[in-house]
Amino acid sequence: MLDKIGIAKRIAQELRNGWYVNLGIGIPTLVANYIPEGIEVEFQSENGVLGMGPFPFEGEEDADLINAGKQTITTLPGASFFDSAESFAMIRGQHVQLTVLGAMEVSQNGDIANWKIPGKMVKGMGGAMDLVASADNIIVAMMHSNKAGESKLLKNCTLPLTGVGCVKKVVTELAVLEIIDGAFHLIERAPGVSVEEIVGKTEGLLIVPEFVPEMQL
Amino acid sequence: MDKVVANVSAALDGIEDGMTLMLGGFGLCGIPENSILELVKKGKKSLTCISNNAGVDGFGLGLLLESKQIKKMISSYVGENDEFERQMLSGELEVDLIPQGSLAERCRAGGAGIPAFYTPAGFGTEIAEGKETRIYNGRPHILESALTADFAIVKAWKGDTAGNLIYKASARNFNPLMAMAGKITIAEVEELVPAGTLDPNQIHTPGIFVQRIFQGKAFEKRIEQRTTRKKE
Repeated sequence: MLDKIGIAKRIAQELRNGWYVNLGIGIPTLVANYIPEGIEVEFQSENGVLGMGPFPFEGEEDADLINAGKQTITTLPGASFFDSAESFAMIRGQHVQLTVLGAMEVSQNGDIANWKIPGKMVKGMGGAMDLVASADNIIVAMMHSNKAGESKLLKNCTLPLTGVGCVKKVVTELAVLEIIDGAFHLIERAPGVSVEEIVGKTEGLLIVPEFVPEMQL
Repeated sequence: MDKVVANVSAALDGIEDGMTLMLGGFGLCGIPENSILELVKKGKKSLTCISNNAGVDGFGLGLLLESKQIKKMISSYVGENDEFERQMLSGELEVDLIPQGSLAERCRAGGAGIPAFYTPAGFGTEIAEGKETRIYNGRPHILESALTADFAIVKAWKGDTAGNLIYKASARNFNPLMAMAGKITIAEVEELVPAGTLDPNQIHTPGIFVQRIFQGKAFEKRIEQRTTRKKE
């Protein structure tokens, strides 16, 4: 079974040279720490930064330079700043090659729910609906089950949707799954995790090949 | 053309109860903090505020919430303050949540003379309810309308007497878009210089979009999430 860092490391393996990448808040943010050797990517933050770098050194924080999670950041050589309309032009216009974000539920046809729980305080969708609406390549990083132990990989989402038919891949603490033609396809299992456990914890339609390789981290 | 007003009080002249305001900024970054303090002082009520976020307790738009001057918030992400949550749950405050990219584009469109546009964002979600949908390039889109405001209040790093503005780093965010969409646009800047001082090649918001400009007295520039790393 993977921890959060393991999930981030596995997603980092999906990065390809030359890609522009948007990372959501939480586990997705950790992906930036595990870029494979020889791969050059640039991180986009939807509040208007391309070429995001690590957190600043203590005492060097700049209130005018933050990421989408409102955290103080730095920029790397080659960075640029832009307004929010231009930022979402990059996103909707498919100039960003990969979006990684968290989710509360994902369905077997790639629907995603990650912004609202009815009856609970609604904080808003932020940029999530724009991010999932037209990106070609969306990877969800999340735990396989919710805190109540119920599967988050469903036939149909029960929570209000963020986007429909958009998720291509899901990486959880148990497995890597691809979404093709209305079904989850088991691609890899986490070290020490059995196929049976993944089957048992996946509510949506799951296609299991004869041989399921273990993740190489 | 000289757009300079004497002070923040003169800059906000004409803002009345019930008006719609746009306020630039993302989180607490790039918010017109001098103008917000002055709005509290002026005490105008029943305001509709279009702003990506709603500040925090005790700072930014949180101050206008505490003084109960906001009737409705149009935002993409809110609730970083307890007072907001309390007013929303009690029904005192109307809230209209809009996807961030659609909010930005709706402001841009409002200033650009585009009454509405199709976007894929929100299709198939509750955001799409009641909106026209149409297929382009094989993909479904929803129709979103432009936003304008009686006053747009933006914050820039540098400005000149002609109203030209330059923003700093990620403090640009919604400011240039809202500057375009205000019937009257007020710019508060950290540094106000004579026209001709700023390089025209570097201007982000041309002065045509700005009616009033002033240099803010003080900028606290509060940081919402201070994240650092240690020097090795």
